[in-house]
Amino acid sequence: MSSANHSTQSDASGNLLRSLDYSVLQQCMHCGMCLPTCPTYVETGRERHSPRGRIALMRAIADGELEVNANFGEEMYYCLGCLACTTACPAGVDYPNLFETARAEIERKGVLDSRKRRSVRWFALRLVFTRPRLLRALGRLLWLWQASGLQSLSRRTGLTRLLPGQLADLEPQTPRIQRHFSDTLIAPVERPTGPTRHRVAVLTGCVQDLAFSDVNRATVEVLLANGCEVVTPRAQACCGSLHAHNGDTTTARELARRQIDAIDPDSVDAIISNAGGCGSHLRHYDHLLAGDPAYAARAVTWSRKLRDIHEWLAEIGFRRPTAPAHAAAPEPQRVTYHESCHLCHGQKVSRQPREILRALPGVELRECAEATWCCGSAGIYNITQPETAAWLQTRKVGHVQATGASIVATANPGCHLQLENGLKRATPAGAAVPSVVHPIVLLAQAYAAEARATGRAST
Amino acid sequence: MNSTSPQPAARPALPELFLRDLRAAFPESAVLTRHEDLIPYGFDGTAALRQLPGAVVFPRDAAGVAAVLRLARTHRVPVVSRGSGTGLSGGSIPVPGCVVLCLGDMNRILELDTKNLTLLAEPGVITQRIYDTADAAGLFYPPDPGSMKISTIGGNVSENAGGLRGLKYGVTRNYVMGLEVVLADGSTVWLGNKCVKDVAGYNLRDLFIGSEGTLGVITKVLLRLLPKPAARQTLLATYASMDAAAETVSAIIAAKIIPCTLEFLDQRTLRCVEAFAKVGLPTEAEALLLIETDGHPAAVADEAERIEQICRAQSALAVRRAASADEATRLATARRSAFSALARLRPTTILEDATVPRSELAKMIRFINETAARHQVEVATFGHFGDGNLHPTFLTDERNQAEMHRVEAAMKEIFDYALSLGGTLTGEHGVGLAKKAFLPRQLGDPTLELLRAIKRTLDPEGLLNPGKIFD
Ligand SMILES: Cc1cc2nc3c(=O)[nH]c(=O)nc-3n(C[C@H](O)[C@H](O)[C@H](O)COP(=O)(O)OP(=O)(O)OC[C@H]3O[C@@H](n4cnc5c(N)ncnc54)[C@H](O)[C@@H]3O)c2cc1C
Ligand code: SF4
Ligand code: SF4
Repeated sequence: MSSANHSTQSDASGNLLRSLDYSVLQQCMHCGMCLPTCPTYVETGRERHSPRGRIALMRAIADGELEVNANFGEEMYYCLGCLACTTACPAGVDYPNLFETARAEIERKGVLDSRKRRSVRWFALRLVFTRPRLLRALGRLLWLWQASGLQSLSRRTGLTRLLPGQLADLEPQTPRIQRHFSDTLIAPVERPTGPTRHRVAVLTGCVQDLAFSDVNRATVEVLLANGCEVVTPRAQACCGSLHAHNGDTTTARELARRQIDAIDPDSVDAIISNAGGCGSHLRHYDHLLAGDPAYAARAVTWSRKLRDIHEWLAEIGFRRPTAPAHAAAPEPQRVTYHESCHLCHGQKVSRQPREILRALPGVELRECAEATWCCGSAGIYNITQPETAAWLQTRKVGHVQATGASIVATANPGCHLQLENGLKRATPAGAAVPSVVHPIVLLAQAYAAEARATGRAST
Repeated sequence: MNSTSPQPAARPALPELFLRDLRAAFPESAVLTRHEDLIPYGFDGTAALRQLPGAVVFPRDAAGVAAVLRLARTHRVPVVSRGSGTGLSGGSIPVPGCVVLCLGDMNRILELDTKNLTLLAEPGVITQRIYDTADAAGLFYPPDPGSMKISTIGGNVSENAGGLRGLKYGVTRNYVMGLEVVLADGSTVWLGNKCVKDVAGYNLRDLFIGSEGTLGVITKVLLRLLPKPAARQTLLATYASMDAAAETVSAIIAAKIIPCTLEFLDQRTLRCVEAFAKVGLPTEAEALLLIETDGHPAAVADEAERIEQICRAQSALAVRRAASADEATRLATARRSAFSALARLRPTTILEDATVPRSELAKMIRFINETAARHQVEVATFGHFGDGNLHPTFLTDERNQAEMHRVEAAMKEIFDYALSLGGTLTGEHGVGLAKKAFLPRQLGDPTLELLRAIKRTLDPEGLLNPGKIFD
């Protein structure tokens, strides 16, 4: 997500929306073309819950006609931040910038403040998601809890019901933690067996690393298979998207600096992200750090080199695998693709993942309706707005089921968990639950099958 | 143009008793009165016009609409009807101290009659859904305003909206067979029916089409559908000058060909549209025509061929045919975004709607460009060339007073010139607030007085969208 530099300063009153370049607000000419793509507007039919309505509220604040109050705060946290409106908007309104500025102003003013909200935010944004080691330690504990059988024991005995309401609902949503994190699975530098054509750095993410370190491994595999030397720094920090998204720009900047310290953008051809939500934010480090003389130049290079994995593979002309991943399967496997909001709307990467899926032997890609609609995960939205999140999840799962696909491909950890949980709940007992897989994992499997088939070692 | 101050006036409060009665008659979620809820209803798609309403109400049916109108009458509160607020003349902009009656929650398609080829819809149904519903049954609803993916059918009827297919298929009016209307006194009338012919009494249905919410509230629309054309072909022709494009249009029509679509884009518009839609438009051209012919496959093939020849004879730089139905849809969709896409260039985008007899197009275009240059204002022009309907769009900044004055001066000259060519101020967007000041010049006093007499008869208290079209 972008966060323009001018939102660092503020006017005399300190109001961030008021200090925003007014033309950013004026850019919206209230044509309404974004309304039918906005999930919250479709849910309620009220203008206030639409992109154009929210921008009107921000403009009223900038004009001094409206105070930043709790109603405005709630409105901006009802917004999913899914950015469907930016894809729909012909006028080129910079909604990401407006959205982050508005949330930052809400936090600055503290209009939603409560002891509970403060402590949760502090715990998540300032403590856990700034300290990779702490996050991992928590992840490890969670893994022990799941692996030891304690989780299922306490679920069966109803112990989890002792958790306070919302947390109890969430407990089944906690990701299945991987036994090994990326540090164990990926060496700091790995080289392809064939000729090296590119040198790239891989970002392992934080949630991705805990719950989907297999995706990170697969990412390295496919890069190696396509002639890339892969550099993967250890114990990477969170990219800061969660913070920027939730009005904590200061921490977001600090985390961006740490990323740039860990990976010198000049030393690689591309910096690869494999999580839609992170990539969308990582691409905009140039805006985020524009006001920081020590980092601005490197941040520009960083943004220029940042690529989503699918985008990069399409750009370098990835090699099409020749053997199906499951050679034994008689019929083609039916796959559908759910687009992560921040991959398709935030990064405009929509064609490339499909190109990869279509290149898989033995796989048939079936489009699902509303593929670009938010699934309701939206960062921590399913914690803050459980009802809307559940409505979107049900809607999404229905469309997925209608395709008859046995695999849903998606490229973002939040979507992955949201779909997995939704499908599990919606599939009748006894029927097979469609599996959720990252497109890159499917590609890696196909390369591996190909290697097995030809008897070559996987490169 | 009527530029009210960009700062909305303080909100005149609604009578307490009116609000109390409104709240008693509707569920909580159907009555909005909080400041944050009202701000987003203070504008429509028109630039530089804003006014906060006193409240917004969302009825679910005609009885609810009637209840609002009765309460409004009792308490002398003006009522402004609203669909999706995409209007371009300020029709649904609130008047001070009014209640906005939003029809968005009345959004059911009530019947698709495949025997009589009609569709009955509530006013809040989105135009695109009407098209899609007909399409799924092998039928065709032709009017396709650029805003169709969000405009309501009630709004389309109230503005008599046109679209990209007007040349061959006409405008919304040509598809309205019947209307249910709630009148100012709360009574409900049905105008029209499913009969192809009907001469019983005055044709009052047509009176309400294009009445901009000033005569009654439309609560049901009965639409005529057509069989879906079997084939379509889209062509793109590029030109080194706008004149050449305009001459092509005249030549096509003179050759007795009526394509379904004959759209024009100048270079500025072309570039903005391409920046958004990325459909591979030739951005180097000075002017572009988007032409579509539809009908029987053999007729389409023949027409496409002849159109191509005419374009070449009129010194088109290039003529290209859309390769597939998909590409044709992408091109039409891109064209629909033209107006919004122009907003990329300057903070304020003021769109005009002058329409002239088709034979006068080239003159009108030339005049627009000269006038813009003379007043040092930026104009981009696109439009439904086949209908003689131009959208010269001023690219400006509402906060720059001096520039806004120049824009107004240029606009006035353009209107006057269009009238002198036998044209009209507005081909499809309506008068609303934006063109109200210019209407007397076009209609003249006797006609205007007739309009007023009709308004007084149907709305004696003057509570339905007062101050729109005329004072
Ligand atoms: C990007 C863009 C492209 C456009 N392209 C075109 C185009 O190609 N052709 C064209 O003709 N127009 C076009 N328009 C203008 C606009 O979309 C149309 O006028 C449309 O019909 C308005 O529909 P709406 O639902 O938004 O109505 P609104 O803007 O909400 O209302 C329009 C008028 O109708 C009245 N009204 C609404 N519903 C009712 C009802 N049920 N009963 C009584 N009165 C009612 C309102 O009071 C108001 O006067 C475009 C607008 C935009 C923003
Ligand atoms: S599409 Fe863009 S310009 Fe139009 S209302 Fe939405 S945000 Fe504003
Ligand atoms: S980000 Fe998503 S939810 Fe928020 S206004 Fe845009 S489309 Fe609506």
